Amino acid sequence: MKRIFQFAAIAILGIIPIGVNAQCKGFAKKVCKVELAPYIHDGNYHAAILTVGEEAELYKTFYSATDYRIAVCGTGDLADIEFRIIDADRNVLYTNKSKNYSRIWDFRLEASQQLKITIIVPPGSGLPEDIQQGCVAIMFGFKEK
Amino acid sequence: MLILLLINNVIVQYKNLQTMGKKIFLSLPVTVAALFLLAVMFSGCASNKKKATGENFGLDSTEISEDLLDDIGKAKQIFYSLPSPLETAMLIKNAGATYNEELLNPISNASKYTTNKTRALNLGIYTTDLSFASLFDQTQTSIDYMNAAKQMANGLGILDAIDNNTIERLEENINNRDVIMDIISETFMNSSSSLTETARPALASIVLVGGWVEGLYIATSLVGDAPIKDNKLVGRIVDQKLSFDIVLKLLDDNKDNPDVAELIKEIKDLQVTFDKIIITTSKISAVPDEESNVTILKSESKVTITQEIFRELTEKVNVLRQNFIS
Repeated sequence: MKRIFQFAAIAILGIIPIGVNAQCKGFAKKVCKVELAPYIHDGNYHAAILTVGEEAELYKTFYSATDYRIAVCGTGDLADIEFRIIDADRNVLYTNKSKNYSRIWDFRLEASQQLKITIIVPPGSGLPEDIQQGCVAIMFGFKEK
Repeated sequence: MLILLLINNVIVQYKNLQTMGKKIFLSLPVTVAALFLLAVMFSGCASNKKKATGENFGLDSTEISEDLLDDIGKAKQIFYSLPSPLETAMLIKNAGATYNEELLNPISNASKYTTNKTRALNLGIYTTDLSFASLFDQTQTSIDYMNAAKQMANGLGILDAIDNNTIERLEENINNRDVIMDIISETFMNSSSSLTETARPALASIVLVGGWVEGLYIATSLVGDAPIKDNKLVGRIVDQKLSFDIVLKLLDDNKDNPDVAELIKEIKDLQVTFDKIIITTSKISAVPDEESNVTILKSESKVTITQEIFRELTEKVNVLRQNFIS
């Protein structure tokens, strides 16, 4: 009987993250993807469970003469998510902090570049301990010519 | 940090159970196994969770300062994003390419793929072919390639990524370009997220690389022996030097997987040729257009490549892709 309990405990502990991941995917699909319209979602999926104060980074090549939209969204429990676009020389090309933490940014490059996107979950003031983490999704859209 | 969080979660859950009067006694090996399982499952949420070390970012002429390395070190998660099959197909089409169905991997090959590696590679390949056909309004071919991609996804055990409903929706909207592209992007998202959800990020990375190589194969084949000077498609192919850097980092994060380790060896040969292509870029200045709300990132780049180097790249891509579809 004890072994059955042990096995069940492991199975339950293993299932919890799958549920969390599925919720993250659902959030990305239902909330963040919508922000991309009228741009076409490229199909890539980047999402992570982040805790307040944590950062994530994404590296991507963006191609010249293409219209892009980036959407960065956090679940409702998290405070506004900050994102920065940084070039190879470490210059900050854009930060949504000065745009009232806008979830989207539209841009076009004259020359193809590899850029870094830094995502920061700022510390929330007085958030209860159990809601200090949530899903953050990063999605890209482009326009067909 | 993540492990600490997981351990903390387990302790909290354990304490909660105790307070509920439902004590569960886990022996040490079982507890360790549970923690390990948790860690593995959580790792499926993203392409990787490795902390950055001193890595080169951007063009090879760019150096990064210690401050930047400090910044990178804070990141909990690092994502490496490759152009998706849909973006790749769009880039090829926008560069003025023409449609050539002979370049696609024949759907009759689908039954040959019986290993996880070949199925993952060809899920990426068939999705790029599907995207290419769709952007050129090849309706029946699009349906056929969606079915081939479905076959690969089913073989990988991600049955919900592309189901019969997806095929029906595609058939019903075959003349609606916007809906078709939405279906393609959604199926690709479903495939990669299903693989990461089931703790198989290595296979997800193989899918991406398969799709990327297929785009490179279609593009280089379409250029053929044409002069490379002022050739827009050649420009797009040269740009892939920037993405190749990301390909290597993405695979490196999953190199403990034997299929990925094998793929790294196969793809490394391209590095020698990409290294011969020189790209220099001027400083970027961001100029927001208040009217359109679009920011233009202004900069200039200079590319040095010879016809010989391009031919070498074409041949290597051809060999690599042939290995993938065989």
